[in-house]
Amino acid sequence: MNNVVIIHIVRFIALLLVQVVICNHINFLGYINPYIYIIFILLYPIRDTRITLLLVSFLLGMIVDMFSDSGGVHAAASVVLAYARPILLKTSFGMLYEHQSVKFSHTDLGSLITYIALAVVIHHTVLFSLEIFNIYSILIILKKTLFSSIFTSILSVLIIILFSRNRK
Amino acid sequence: MQQIFNFVIRNKTFLLFLLLFGISLTLTIQSHSYHKSKFINSANGLTGGVYGTFNSIDKYFDLEEQNEILSKENKRLRQRLYNLDTTKDSTFIDSSYAISKYKVTVADVYKNSYSSTNNYLTINKGSNDSIREDFGVITSKGIVGIIDNTSYNYSRVLSILNTKSRINAKLKSTNHKGSLKWNSISPQFVQLEDISSFAPVKIGDTIETGGESTIFPKGIGIGTVNEFDKDISGDTYTIQVKLFNDMSNVGTVYILQNLGKKEIKTLENSTNE
Repeated sequence: MNNVVIIHIVRFIALLLVQVVICNHINFLGYINPYIYIIFILLYPIRDTRITLLLVSFLLGMIVDMFSDSGGVHAAASVVLAYARPILLKTSFGMLYEHQSVKFSHTDLGSLITYIALAVVIHHTVLFSLEIFNIYSILIILKKTLFSSIFTSILSVLIIILFSRNRK
Repeated sequence: MQQIFNFVIRNKTFLLFLLLFGISLTLTIQSHSYHKSKFINSANGLTGGVYGTFNSIDKYFDLEEQNEILSKENKRLRQRLYNLDTTKDSTFIDSSYAISKYKVTVADVYKNSYSSTNNYLTINKGSNDSIREDFGVITSKGIVGIIDNTSYNYSRVLSILNTKSRINAKLKSTNHKGSLKWNSISPQFVQLEDISSFAPVKIGDTIETGGESTIFPKGIGIGTVNEFDKDISGDTYTIQVKLFNDMSNVGTVYILQNLGKKEIKTLENSTNE
C-alpha cells in the first residue's frame, strides 16, 4: 500500500518538473507544446475515490498554472479530465473496467491508445478554449488543440510503454 | 433538511467538480484583466527556485550568442562615447539629459514564453533589489515589457507579446503617437494603432517609445514598419511593426526605474484636483 503511494508521489513530482522545465519550452513550429503531466491523471489508481482524484488533479493543474502564468486554465482542464475519466475508462476498456480489473501495464495497446487520445482531446479542448477565451479565434483554438493533441498523445503513449515494467 | 443533505451526499463528486472548476474559471477570468492576477503567478520562491536551478545549466548553451550581443552593444556605446561633442555650451540641454533620471538594474531571465496569447517573463530581481511594479524592462536592442508583479527575489514581466499590453510609441522621424498592442498571431510582429493618417509612414521606418508615460524614456527602439493599413474608419493607420528584439531569445535584461516618477505623479494629481 505504502509503496503505491510513494510511486504516485514520485510520479507527480517527476511529471510536474519535466512539464514546467522542458515541455513548456519546446515550442515546436513556434507554438506546439506537449502537456504530458496529464499522464498522472490517466494512470491514477482506479479503485481510489473520485473525490481524491479531483482534488489532486486540481492541485496538479494549479501548480502548472503557477509556473506558466496562465491563470487557472490548466487547473480547469485537469479537473474536467478527472471528472470525465470514468466515462473514458468505460468506453475504452469496456468489460474490464466494469469488473474493476483494469491494469494499465497489462491492457492491450489498442484500448490504451483510444483511452489516451480521448483524454488528451478533452483536456486540450478545454485548455485552449479557456486560454484564448475568444469565440472569434475559434480557428486558432482548433489548430492548437489538434496539433498539441497529436504531440501529447504520441509522447504519452511512448512514456507509458517505456515506463511500464512487464509489458509483453 | 434531510433531503438537502441526502442530495449533497449523493452528488458530492459533481458538486466538488463544480466548485473546483468554478475556482479555476474565476482565476482564469481574473488573469485576463490587467493588474488583477495577483495570486497565481510565477514570481514566488517555489517557481523562482526551480527555474533558477535549471537556468544555471541552460545558460551555458547560450553563452556564445549572449557574448556576441554584448560585444555589439559595447561597440555601439563606444562609438557614441568617442563621438560625443564635448565642446557644447554648458547651458545646452541635451535630450540624453532625460536618461540620467533613470536607474538601470541588470537581471537574468529565468522563464520566457512567447507561444501563448498572454505571455510573461520571470526575472531574478525582486523587491529586495528595490524593483516595483510598472518599471520598464528592455534589452540592448529594444523593449521587452513592464514589471507586473514582484516577490522578494523575483518579478514577473508582462511581455509586449501579451494581449493586455499597451505601450505608448511613436514614429522616429515625426512625433505621431499611437499605442502598441499585440494580436497574438506572430511573436515577431506587434501592432501600432491610432497613428493619424496625416503621418508620413513608410515601410522600413523606425518605431520607438513615445515617452508620454513614466515607464519608458523617450527614444528606446521597438522595431521597423513592415506594412501598414488604414483602419475601417479611414482616419488612422494600423502598422505592423517588426520587432528589433528576438523575443524567443532573451537572456539578460535591463530594468529601468524612473527616479522622477513620484514628482510627475504628484504634479499630475495636483492639477486634477
